[in-house]
Amino acid sequence: MKTPILARLVEIAGTMLAVSFIVYLVLEANSGDVAVKVLGPFSTEDQRALWMHQNGYDAPFLWRYLEWLARFAVGDWGMSTHYRVPVWQLLPERLGRTAMLAGATLVVMIPVSFSLGILAGMAKGSVADRIISFFCVATTSIPEFASSVFLAAIFVFWLGVLPGASSMTSGFAIRELVLPTLVLALYSAGYLARITRASMVEVMEAPYIRAAMMRGVPPARLVLGHALRNALVAPVTVIMLQIPWLLSGVIVVEVFFAYRGFGSLLYEAGLNSDIALIEACAMISVAVVLATQFLSDLIYAWLNPRLNRKTARADAAGIPSETPAAGAAP
Amino acid sequence: MRRRMLPRLPVLFGALIVLLWVLCAVLAPWLAPFDPLHSLQPLVPPLSDAGAGRMFWLGTDMLGRDILSRLIFGARAVIVWAGFATATAYVIGIAGGLVAGFYRGHADRLLSFLANVVLSFPVLVLYILIITKVGASGFNIVLAVTFASAPAIFRIVRALALDLRERDFVLAAISQGETPLRIMVLDMLPNAAGPLIVDACLRLGYTTITIGVLGFLGLGLPPPTPDWGGMVNEGRPLAFAFPHLILFPCIAISSLMLGLSLLADGLRDGEQRPLKSTGTNLP
Repeated sequence: MKTPILARLVEIAGTMLAVSFIVYLVLEANSGDVAVKVLGPFSTEDQRALWMHQNGYDAPFLWRYLEWLARFAVGDWGMSTHYRVPVWQLLPERLGRTAMLAGATLVVMIPVSFSLGILAGMAKGSVADRIISFFCVATTSIPEFASSVFLAAIFVFWLGVLPGASSMTSGFAIRELVLPTLVLALYSAGYLARITRASMVEVMEAPYIRAAMMRGVPPARLVLGHALRNALVAPVTVIMLQIPWLLSGVIVVEVFFAYRGFGSLLYEAGLNSDIALIEACAMISVAVVLATQFLSDLIYAWLNPRLNRKTARADAAGIPSETPAAGAAP
Repeated sequence: MRRRMLPRLPVLFGALIVLLWVLCAVLAPWLAPFDPLHSLQPLVPPLSDAGAGRMFWLGTDMLGRDILSRLIFGARAVIVWAGFATATAYVIGIAGGLVAGFYRGHADRLLSFLANVVLSFPVLVLYILIITKVGASGFNIVLAVTFASAPAIFRIVRALALDLRERDFVLAAISQGETPLRIMVLDMLPNAAGPLIVDACLRLGYTTITIGVLGFLGLGLPPPTPDWGGMVNEGRPLAFAFPHLILFPCIAISSLMLGLSLLADGLRDGEQRPLKSTGTNLP
C-alpha cells in the first residue's frame, strides 16, 4: 500500500524536474530577447550586453539552470521583469481569483453534467439520450473564445443583463463572475456528462441491475439506490483530470473577459518574455496537473477497492478506452 | 427503416458541414465574392449592397475587407495548417508508439516518460510558451502542435501496439525473420488504423480550435492571412458597436469543429458495431 504511493511521488518529482528543464530550455532559445524587452527597442548593443552580464545571462546554460533550480527550490522565484516586483508577490492574488473561478465552474458543472449523464444513460437510445448526447457534442465542440462571444452577445449585447468585462476594478462583484463561469462550465460539462452516460450505460447493463429489474424494483430506486454509486466511480475520477483542461480554458476566458487571474498573468508573462514569471507559472500549472492526477488515482483506488493500484493507475493515466483521454483534449 | 436512419442523422449532418468547409477551402478563389485582402468600405453591416449587383453578405471589417470572403479563404488557411500540423504529429506519434510497443522494455519506458512529461503541461500553457518564444507563423504553429499532441497519439498507438505485439501473426512474422521495420509498418500499423482514424478526426478538430485559440490570443497566423481566430482578435475592440466582426468567425470555427466531432462519433460507432452486436446489423 505504501510503496506504490512513494514510487508515484518519486515519479512526480522526476516529471517536475524534467518539465523545469524543458521550460528553461525553451525560454533559453533566444534570451537576448529579455534585454530588449527590459531596456526597450532603442537600447544599444553594448547596453544589452552589459545588462545580460549584470544579470548573469552570460554564464553557461547548464550552470544557470542549476542555479535557478536551487533558488527556485528554496522559494526565491526571482523578479518579474515586466511588473518589476518579486514573482511571489504577484501570484497569491491571481491564483486566488482563478481558484474562485474554477471553484464556481465546478459547482455549476458537476450537478449539471451528472444529471444529464444519468438521465441519458438510464435509457440508452431514447429520445432524451439522443438530445443530451447531441447537446454534449455541441458544447464541447464550441471553443471557449467562441462560446464567450456567443454568450456575451446574448447576455451583454442583446439582453444587457450582465457586464461584458470582469476586471473587478471596483471590488469583488459576483455578477462579473457569471459569464466566465458559464463559458467554462458549458465547455467541460459536455465531456463529463458523456463519461457519466457511458458509465451509467455500462452499469445499467450489469447482471445485478437486470436481476433487480426482474425482481420488480421501482425505477427510481433502481437508479438511485442500485446503479448510481457504481456509475459515478469513473466520472468522479474524471473531474480531477478535467482540471488541466480547465487551466487551458481559463487562459482564454480570463483574457476575453479581462479577468485578472492566473491565466491572464501567464499570458501577459508570455507576451512580455518575463522569464522568471513564466517559469513560476508553468511550474505551478504542471504541479497542479500532477497533483490532480495523483489525487484522481487515490480517489479511484478508494472508490474501487476491488482494483489493485496498478490497473487504477493505468486507467487514470488515460490509456484509451471508449472515451478520449482527458489529456488528449485541447 | 426510420429507426435505422435516425441515429445516423447527426453523422450525416457532421459530414455535410465538414464537406461544406472543405469545398470552401478548395474552391475559395471561385466562391469568394471579393478579394479577402482588398480594402473596400470599412465596417459595413451584413446584407449591404456593394454596388454593381454585388452584396456584402456578412458585412466588412474595420479595414473594409469582405468578411464572407475572409471566412472562405480562412477555411483554406485553417484546413491546410491544421491538416499539416496533425499529419506531422501523427507521423511522430505513430513512429514512437510502434517502437515503444514493439521493443518494449527500456525504449518503452523512456518514450513513455517523455510523453508523460509533455502531457503534464496544460496544452495552452505549452503553446504560449513555445509560440511567444519562437514567434507566430504557420510553421511554428505546426511545430508547437506536433510537440504538444504527438505524445497523446504516441500513447494510443503504444497501447494498440502492445496488444498487437502478442498476436499470433506478429509472433509468426518475428519467427520468420522479418525485419522489425517491416513488421511495424506492414503488420502492426494497418491493424491499428481503425481507432487511429477516429482519433485523427477529433484531433484535426482540436488542432483547428488550437489555431483559432492562438489566433484569438494574437499568436496565430501572421496578420494579412485570413484566420478565423485572428479575425475575432482584431474585431474584439469594436465588437460592442459591430458584433458582426466577431460573430461570424466564431460560428465558422464552431461549425467546423461540430462537424468533425459528429463525424468522429459516427466513425467510432461504426468501429465498434461489428465487435459488439453480431447479427443485429442485418436489415
